Amino acid sequence: MLFVGQAIQMVLVIALAPLVTGIVRKVKARFMGRIGPPVIQPYRDLIKLMRKETVFAENASWLFRAAPYAIFAFTWVAAALVPSFASGLMFNWAADVIALVALLGAARVFLALAGMDVGTSFGGIGASREMMIATLAEPAMLLVVLTMALAAGTTQLPGVADFLISAPITVRVSLALALVALVMVALAENARIPVDNPATHLELTMVHEAMLLEYSGRHLAMIEASSQLKLVLYLSLIVSLFVPFGMAPAQSGVAAWAFGGFAYVGKLIAGAVLLGMWEVSVAKMRVFRVSEFLGGAFVFAFLAILLAFLTREVMR
Amino acid sequence: MTQAYDVSHLLAGLMLVASFALLYQDRIFAVLNTFAAQAIVLSLAVAWEAWTQDRPHLYITAGIALGLKGIVIPVALHRMIVKLGIHRDVEQVVGVGKTLILGLALTSLSLMLVLKVTETAESFTREGLALALAIILLGLLMMITRRNAVTQIVGFMSLENGLVLAATGAQGMPLVVEVSVAFSVLIALFVFAVFVFRIRERFDSVDVESLERVRGDRK
Amino acid sequence: MTLLLLAVALYASAGLAAAVFHRRLLAIVYPLCIAAAMLAIIAGLPVLFEGTSETLHLPLGLPSIGLHLALDPLSGFFGFIVNGGVLAASIYGLGLDREHDLSPRIEPLVPVFAAAMNLVLIAADAFGFLFFWELMSLSSWALVVANHRDPANLRAGHVYLVMAAIGTAALLFAFGGMAGVAGGYSFAAIRDAALDPVVAGLVLTAALIGTGSKAGLFPLHAWLPLAHPAAPSHVSALMSGVMTKVAIYGVIRIVFDLLSTPQWWWSLPFLVLGAATAVMGLLYALLDGDVKRVLAYSTVENVGIIFVGLGLALAFRTTGLEAAAAVAMAAALLHSLNHSWFKSLLFLGAGAVLHATGRRDFDGLGGLIHRMPVTAVFVLVGCLSASALPPFNGFVSEWLLFQAVLAGPEFPEPLLRFLSPAVGALLALAAALAAACFVRLYGIAFLGRPRSPEAARAREVPGVQVAAMGMLAALCLAGGLFGGAMARSLQPLLLMLTGAALPGRASGPTALSLVAFNASRSSYDAPTILAFLLISGVLTTLLVHRLSSRRSRRSAAWDCGFPDSSPSNQYSASSFSQPLRRVYGSTAFGSTETIDMPAPGDHRPARLRVGFRDHAWDWLYLAPARFILASSLRLNQLQFLTIRSYLVLMFSALIVLLVIAAVWF
Repeated sequence: MLFVGQAIQMVLVIALAPLVTGIVRKVKARFMGRIGPPVIQPYRDLIKLMRKETVFAENASWLFRAAPYAIFAFTWVAAALVPSFASGLMFNWAADVIALVALLGAARVFLALAGMDVGTSFGGIGASREMMIATLAEPAMLLVVLTMALAAGTTQLPGVADFLISAPITVRVSLALALVALVMVALAENARIPVDNPATHLELTMVHEAMLLEYSGRHLAMIEASSQLKLVLYLSLIVSLFVPFGMAPAQSGVAAWAFGGFAYVGKLIAGAVLLGMWEVSVAKMRVFRVSEFLGGAFVFAFLAILLAFLTREVMR
Repeated sequence: MTQAYDVSHLLAGLMLVASFALLYQDRIFAVLNTFAAQAIVLSLAVAWEAWTQDRPHLYITAGIALGLKGIVIPVALHRMIVKLGIHRDVEQVVGVGKTLILGLALTSLSLMLVLKVTETAESFTREGLALALAIILLGLLMMITRRNAVTQIVGFMSLENGLVLAATGAQGMPLVVEVSVAFSVLIALFVFAVFVFRIRERFDSVDVESLERVRGDRK
Repeated sequence: MTLLLLAVALYASAGLAAAVFHRRLLAIVYPLCIAAAMLAIIAGLPVLFEGTSETLHLPLGLPSIGLHLALDPLSGFFGFIVNGGVLAASIYGLGLDREHDLSPRIEPLVPVFAAAMNLVLIAADAFGFLFFWELMSLSSWALVVANHRDPANLRAGHVYLVMAAIGTAALLFAFGGMAGVAGGYSFAAIRDAALDPVVAGLVLTAALIGTGSKAGLFPLHAWLPLAHPAAPSHVSALMSGVMTKVAIYGVIRIVFDLLSTPQWWWSLPFLVLGAATAVMGLLYALLDGDVKRVLAYSTVENVGIIFVGLGLALAFRTTGLEAAAAVAMAAALLHSLNHSWFKSLLFLGAGAVLHATGRRDFDGLGGLIHRMPVTAVFVLVGCLSASALPPFNGFVSEWLLFQAVLAGPEFPEPLLRFLSPAVGALLALAAALAAACFVRLYGIAFLGRPRSPEAARAREVPGVQVAAMGMLAALCLAGGLFGGAMARSLQPLLLMLTGAALPGRASGPTALSLVAFNASRSSYDAPTILAFLLISGVLTTLLVHRLSSRRSRRSAAWDCGFPDSSPSNQYSASSFSQPLRRVYGSTAFGSTETIDMPAPGDHRPARLRVGFRDHAWDWLYLAPARFILASSLRLNQLQFLTIRSYLVLMFSALIVLLVIAAVWF
């Protein structure tokens, strides 16, 4: 039963990933006054890329060919571990938040290495900037995790979600600050505006796209799918931690799962719409302003912990 | 009890966040808007204390905070900047990143200190004092890490916001003190305004470093 | 114990044979070392698992005191680290070229170095400990300056000797303080003595200076990136992977075992210096352009991480949180072991690169993945482990350490409670910087196109050396998969050091899970994760290859339509670190960039000059050196005074002494 649930989740996240990206693009287009491509366009893009011939650079090594699959596998496994429609599925225990962050870190390292494999200057730019952004994002991410652990007493995601479903609703300033910090980190990690622009391909500030320049055909499809999957992962992480309502608790039946599934899809769509609205309303930053943006995330996360300490001490 | 605490915690926490936002901004109008927001949150916090603790004279304090610091002073500063054509960037002595880290260290320090010193006091007082001290220190930090005279004024008044917060948290502060504090701020604003006007007239800039250059402290 | 002494004797005889019989028997050193290392591992393991200890009193050394030796779980664990490292380095040594690489300056010293490290671990009195510690320092110093024709090596040796002398002097003070007036120099006597808190604090400071300077704790690290790379690569692996662990052993022995009444504030220097070391080590590494120096700086970082683990363990233990102390201690111990494996692997890999290309600067490397395919795979494993990525071993200890940090809010002491998020953030920063550092190392040296003709001509190193690296790579993977079982096997040691142990085998979801406190709080199951990764990776690959077009061809790199023929147009090591330098460099090193642009119409090239200052080196090393130089010049003038001046000097000295006496009594 739990195994089936886990399998459903793994298929569900993959099936939904291009849709979420499609919705974001559609929303952006509508707000800019364009009609925009249909929301299923990312599916068509992936299929088209799969059908295309794959071209390698002459100097590409085995690492270049293996990396797309490795990146996809790391991201997919990480996405399978985040509670989506139900918590406490088969393998949710296999990794807590820290291991989850590390799995995404491994995917990032493979992407950066693949960017450097061919030996062009663009790949190097992307790799070095991506690693720089990661160094700014990870401390903030750890502090967010620390705030969650402080509130829920666990770093297992189902445990945190269960805690938030069952705990009484009060005004929780520190959790709100942690949410802001997590959203900022998620924007940076997914190469969204204002840190990177997913819509451009050739720009001096490019980070993510610069690493994929040499990829084509099925390999490019795998990497595109991984980044769509990563977006779903972060959206699921945010909704499962901060709006877990509707999620089926551990040891619940099929009915609860079905309800949880609808709630999950609804929350993902809402998240995608919000992301699209955000992206049309802010401008991209210069790459060296990213340190200030993520420094802000760090400050929010640190304040979250300080306020949590304060509340604990005062209410004792 | 818990609800009263939660809301006052939320408001005081928002003031702290606003203090950090003041340190983070690098455009003068953004600084003014953030300052106005902090003053409005302050007035809400004070009004909430007045409501929950049934101390009606605190409404006057809230009114002063809202009217004077939430509206009058930001608007006045805004007009002054436009009128004098002051440079709209915030000149920083220390970079934003380092200032924020320093701010976090100061906040930790004040929480640690106040929580340790006031172990026997009531929880509202402890909370208010701890956050107020943090806001005061952040205001001071803003004054020493920014060179623009306008941002120094804002730093000073944000410091004063912290004082008011502390005064509301500590029960039994008479109204006279608050009114006098409010007036002293107003006077300080006048002094600063004259000061800004004079250095602007003299040096065509409100960078206080120009003043130091005249005194011979700097070349 | 007897077996271990036999192993030490075997080491000594190997060194002696090589020294006496000179050239012809040099090749016998490494087989003998392998035998001795295996013997020592076999001798040490039962003690570690069963938690027993043996002591021995030999009538050697100082008259009437003799030499106390003891083998307890702590010595057994670090003995495992030391001899495992020696084993790998010796297997690598088998592949050294008899004509060119073997040298009578190096080979006799390697077993002596190994023996000295083993003896430090089992010494059970102050004299023995210090004697073998000095032996270890001197033999490694001789290995550093073995290639003395290079002036850089001589300078490295000089700095190392001075730092080692300062460190030993500090340890001398530490043991003097612990022995007290009674003068009990055996560890048993020291344990029983109750120390005055002030004296204990001084002992702690001295012990931190003594062991920290050997381990490479910031700001005492300056010698390490000079000395470790100067030695031959397999010796670098020993120094970086293993000798720093002996220093860690020293600090654990003194602080957790010998000093009787630890205070909570003792953890502060560990936490602050450890976190600073971790971040600074990597920032140095990211700015350096030499493969082996980057690895040495990464050792500095890992020592910082271990010190943070020890500091947390100390803080938790002294505030009564034994379970968390066990987690932090397990993290520190496992990281010592894991680091010895992946750092040895990386240094052996650097040695292979050096052997194949003759270069260790990033600007001369590149594209080695095509020419040294097997080495490239193993070094990749080392890089992933060092970046603390699952499913390799570096992540296991890092995960445990983060779990300990997450328990930080439970500290009753406010200062520790507020410090713990800051320490955690610095550790997370260090982890991300480590990933950047190793992406840079691997991406520049092994990927891309060769930047020099030597790199283009590189060939794979001999099979034995590849096998040595393969063994370590396998250990890195195994350590990552079975981290849970390894952490639980430290049970006796953790009980001895912290008074608690990790939760038992039945507590996790599977028998191989790593569980920090209890399974509902946090768990990490590497085998399951790896199985998931393999299944999803293989499944996807098969599916994609079945469904998608399989047409593929090779063509020139696209590179946005700007194909560049010259490999020098690739991203270089210093361009890779430019964003990080811009973000962190101005704070950490006061780095500056000046661009010299020619005027329009001028044909001279534009230049970008990057400058930075090493504040630690300036303040801690140059300033005292300048002071000593100035005062010695001043004192030198004393030799050229007139008789009258001498008399004045002596008279004033007398008066000063009289005044002191008058005030004192």
